Amino acid sequence: MFWSTEEMADEIINLFKPNSSVNLGIGMPTLIAERIPESLNIMIHSENGVLGVSGRPEKDKVSPTLINAGKETIAIKAGSSFFDSSLSFGMIRGGHIDYCVLGGMEVDVSRNLANWMVPGKKVTGMGGAMDLVNGTKKVIIMMNHFAKDGSPKLVNKCSLPLTGCNVVDLVVTELGIFQPINEKFKIIKLANDITIKELKMNMVNFEK
Amino acid sequence: MKQSPKVFKDAQTALADLKSGITLMSGGFGLCGIAENCIDAISAMNISDLTVISNNIGNSGRGLVKILVQDKIKKAYCSYVGGNPDLEERLLNKKIDVELVPQGTFSERIRAAGMGIRAFYTPTGFGTLIAEGKDIKIFDRPCILETALYADYAIIKAERGDSFGNLWFKETARNFSPLMAMAAKITIVEVEELVEVGEIDPNDVHLPGIFVQRIFQGKNYKNDIEFLVTK
Repeated sequence: MFWSTEEMADEIINLFKPNSSVNLGIGMPTLIAERIPESLNIMIHSENGVLGVSGRPEKDKVSPTLINAGKETIAIKAGSSFFDSSLSFGMIRGGHIDYCVLGGMEVDVSRNLANWMVPGKKVTGMGGAMDLVNGTKKVIIMMNHFAKDGSPKLVNKCSLPLTGCNVVDLVVTELGIFQPINEKFKIIKLANDITIKELKMNMVNFEK
Repeated sequence: MKQSPKVFKDAQTALADLKSGITLMSGGFGLCGIAENCIDAISAMNISDLTVISNNIGNSGRGLVKILVQDKIKKAYCSYVGGNPDLEERLLNKKIDVELVPQGTFSERIRAAGMGIRAFYTPTGFGTLIAEGKDIKIFDRPCILETALYADYAIIKAERGDSFGNLWFKETARNFSPLMAMAAKITIVEVEELVEVGEIDPNDVHLPGIFVQRIFQGKNYKNDIEFLVTK
């Protein structure tokens, strides 16, 4: 059975050390904010200028000036703080954030990530992703294992323009957790009933 | 309100000397903290060939998109295009010149300009398209040289401001605005609430008024929410 997005989020939460700081990218990773147990005491950073995001706000507590980097309304918890973009990226670029979880279009065995444009077709821009992959202590990519056309997104060499070079620590997909290392993807964990045979269909160098 | 050379009546008077061809910084993250009155005033002015420095160049058809779709922007510096189909279309069809800048490098280049720093080295963007043509130097890791970003004018919004230009921002509406105020020759601020000097506690001043040249009481704020999510 493939992991659901919620199960993927929980697998990633299991990787976080208590009392750490985490930046969550736009899209799938945002779900993590709502599922982190309070007991882990994690400070969620959003690069638009807040440390201490606690997930969705109550209906009567919504504020147009209280949003995350995905421009969604948020709530904050005790101990949170607001700051300008320079200080916010100082936290990222200065190496003060423990984990970032970003979406991806491609990750390759050389720890490269592509997630900001498809030449001639689509440009989302890099936003803070290039800073995050170079600045945070541990870079986790949360993405679907396959693209819409069925091709694997874990590849031998990224074909799309890179976001970062030699930066990815772990990839979490609906099939499992993978670590790009020594020019291969090492299997850290597989989703229930997923076999290595199924992974080999991706034509990537997996290593148990 | 006591007489202050910085206090203007409205956006029209504060922006009256803007001309075609200027470089303009515009604060805000998405639609959060944007200078709504200034943007509306510029969209009604007969100026063009603007170079605009702003994280999103508007979003969801609003904010700076009003000026973008009037084809008043010649060149844009920004970090994110997602959620702005009007910008993406112009970028892909090469109708305007867009320089995409990683968001941390973007804010640091603006901060550097305000701080008198001409350039700096950073690992962000190494090994990517962003590094093309830039000087590379190896410190602990390979880094690329990025230069300061200056502007003729900045338009920003704050929650409260006094007649000297001291500003207080609310929640995440601060984002790029204080940095832009420092980087521009002339910073024009609109506020939800204009107060007398002394009414903002010096301990609470987020941006000292020395960086502000013009300020006015804004009106008719929409304060749009892009994605309303609740429990």
